[in-house]
Amino acid sequence: MDSHVQTIDLNAFYGNTAALKNVNLEFPKRQITVIMGPSGCGKTTLLKTINRFLELTDGTRISGKVLIDGENIYAPNVDVTEIRKKAGLLAQRPYPLPMSIYDNVAYGLRIHNMKRGHDLDNAVEHHLREAGLWDEVKDRLRSPATGLSIGQQQRLCLARGLAVEPEMLLGDEPTSALDPISAQRIEQRLLDLKNEYTIVLVTHILRQAKRLADYVVFMYLGEVVECGPAQQVFENPQQERTRAYLEGQF
Amino acid sequence: MNNSKTAWFKTFYNQIRSLLTLSRGGKERFTEKLFLSISLLPVLLIVLLVVALWLRTQPILETQSIWSLLLGQTWHPIKSQFGFLPFIAGTMWVTIVAMVFAVPVCLLSAIYLSEYARASMRMIMKPLLDLLAAIPSVVYGVWGMLAIVPWVQNTFAPFMNKCFSYIPFFAVNNPTGFGIMAGGLVLAVMVAPFIIAITYEVLQAVPTGLRQASLAVGATQWETIKYIVMRQSLPGVIAGVVLGASRALGETMAVLMVVGNVAHMPTSIFDAAYPLPALIANNYGEMLTIPLYDAALMGAALILLLVVLVFNILSTLILRRIVRRSRR
Ligand SMILES: Nc1ncnc2c1ncn2[C@@H]1O[C@H](COP(=O)(O)OP(=O)(O)O)[C@@H](O)[C@H]1O
Ligand SMILES: [Mg+2]
Repeated sequence: MDSHVQTIDLNAFYGNTAALKNVNLEFPKRQITVIMGPSGCGKTTLLKTINRFLELTDGTRISGKVLIDGENIYAPNVDVTEIRKKAGLLAQRPYPLPMSIYDNVAYGLRIHNMKRGHDLDNAVEHHLREAGLWDEVKDRLRSPATGLSIGQQQRLCLARGLAVEPEMLLGDEPTSALDPISAQRIEQRLLDLKNEYTIVLVTHILRQAKRLADYVVFMYLGEVVECGPAQQVFENPQQERTRAYLEGQF
Repeated sequence: MNNSKTAWFKTFYNQIRSLLTLSRGGKERFTEKLFLSISLLPVLLIVLLVVALWLRTQPILETQSIWSLLLGQTWHPIKSQFGFLPFIAGTMWVTIVAMVFAVPVCLLSAIYLSEYARASMRMIMKPLLDLLAAIPSVVYGVWGMLAIVPWVQNTFAPFMNKCFSYIPFFAVNNPTGFGIMAGGLVLAVMVAPFIIAITYEVLQAVPTGLRQASLAVGATQWETIKYIVMRQSLPGVIAGVVLGASRALGETMAVLMVVGNVAHMPTSIFDAAYPLPALIANNYGEMLTIPLYDAALMGAALILLLVVLVFNILSTLILRRIVRRSRR
């Protein structure tokens, strides 16, 4: 297994309460790793340690390491914007930026001076296609992104994340605010994108996990209870708690 | 007793009776109406105020048109010449100078408090700002006379005169220090806590998820503030500034004490001026033997009231929409 992201003895704290306890995980390259577990077990916190979002909250602290391609992203001289650029984020609900559809996708490209003029137009089109949104918005690229339906907004956020050419995608229950059809579309995009991106997906929907996961991490109270290839964890869980969770006992 | 009177008495009696024998639902409805009418009282008061001022302004409007009143440049009550323009201009100059000083500082402070400061810092700063906002304006006036006026007179005006006197607005023709500059500075300090507080609330209403959406593509915090937070909160910031300006427009005491109170058209920020509130406060009750003087002052009050009302209503509408949107 070719691991892309690795956590080593990772602990995370809000004030004095530990939200992650000695997490040692490997996220394989160009695969979908699904993180599951009851609410409050630290799934979001784990994602936030990978794109260094945890430090945005006052009073948080981390010990241990997170390696991306073997480099510790918490090393002192690391440029945090570079880390975030590498890890696209799909949040629990879509947050379109207060600008046009086009500008949403172009935002990161402009910030990083990656493309301009005609190249920018092409890149915007390419990433909107990647996110499966192009056909729906190609005639209204200049209208405000807030006018899109919530499902379209989430795909726009996907396109915005993809535009800065990340290596991985982090999804924090990205379909939980969406209707079933929009959710299915996002799932399909993720399946298509896993050939190029490492995907880490938090979900509480068991069926979604089964549809998407190559690898599964099961967490409970800030600890990793079990992890492994999806088939193995789903069909033959080694831990009693995993079994109970999969059977819907909590 | 004539007929209509008995009829009126009967309905009144019936209403009282039905009130006393009301069902719970009926009482509920009655209480609701009662509270509604009580809360409508302020609205009624404002309407009455506008109407009363309008009626008391009528005598002067019978002798000259509203335009000659608003645009007239001479103020010579003995000769029945009541031109408001010098006062309107004075109000605007002082307010604009105040806003030029206050707005950038307030914006940066609010951004710092909302986006950068730690929770502990906010806990200290917020009550301090409230305290500043609660200082009586006459205290600011005294401070203006003792500190700002001499500073303008001895330091700022000479400096500007030496370096920028070729710019018309900056020419110094007034040796005293009492004038628009001093008034504007005092006002800027007075309205600052107010503008900071509103702008802070507006910035806080920007969802965290929106900031994170920008940070997630690798934008720095400053880029996020500049391109996302500011853009999202621009209408609210404008509303806050307008509310601040309407405070400045109506502020009386502190300005009156430092602005010089000379009824002429200002041509420089160092000239003395005579804003509308100062005009009213200085003269009402004193010069009323002069014909039409009373009506003129009522007109001045009416202008002030209408401008402040419009400013307040517009900005309140905008701010309310922002709060509602952020709650969604
Ligand atoms: N901002 C915060 N301040 C304090 N505690 C928090 C904060 N965010 C999360 N926590 C705590 O950390 C633990 C893990 O939370 P989280 O990662 O959001 O769980 P999940 O995403 O699995 O529902 C929970 O016990 C939660 O109460
Ligand atoms: Mg969560």
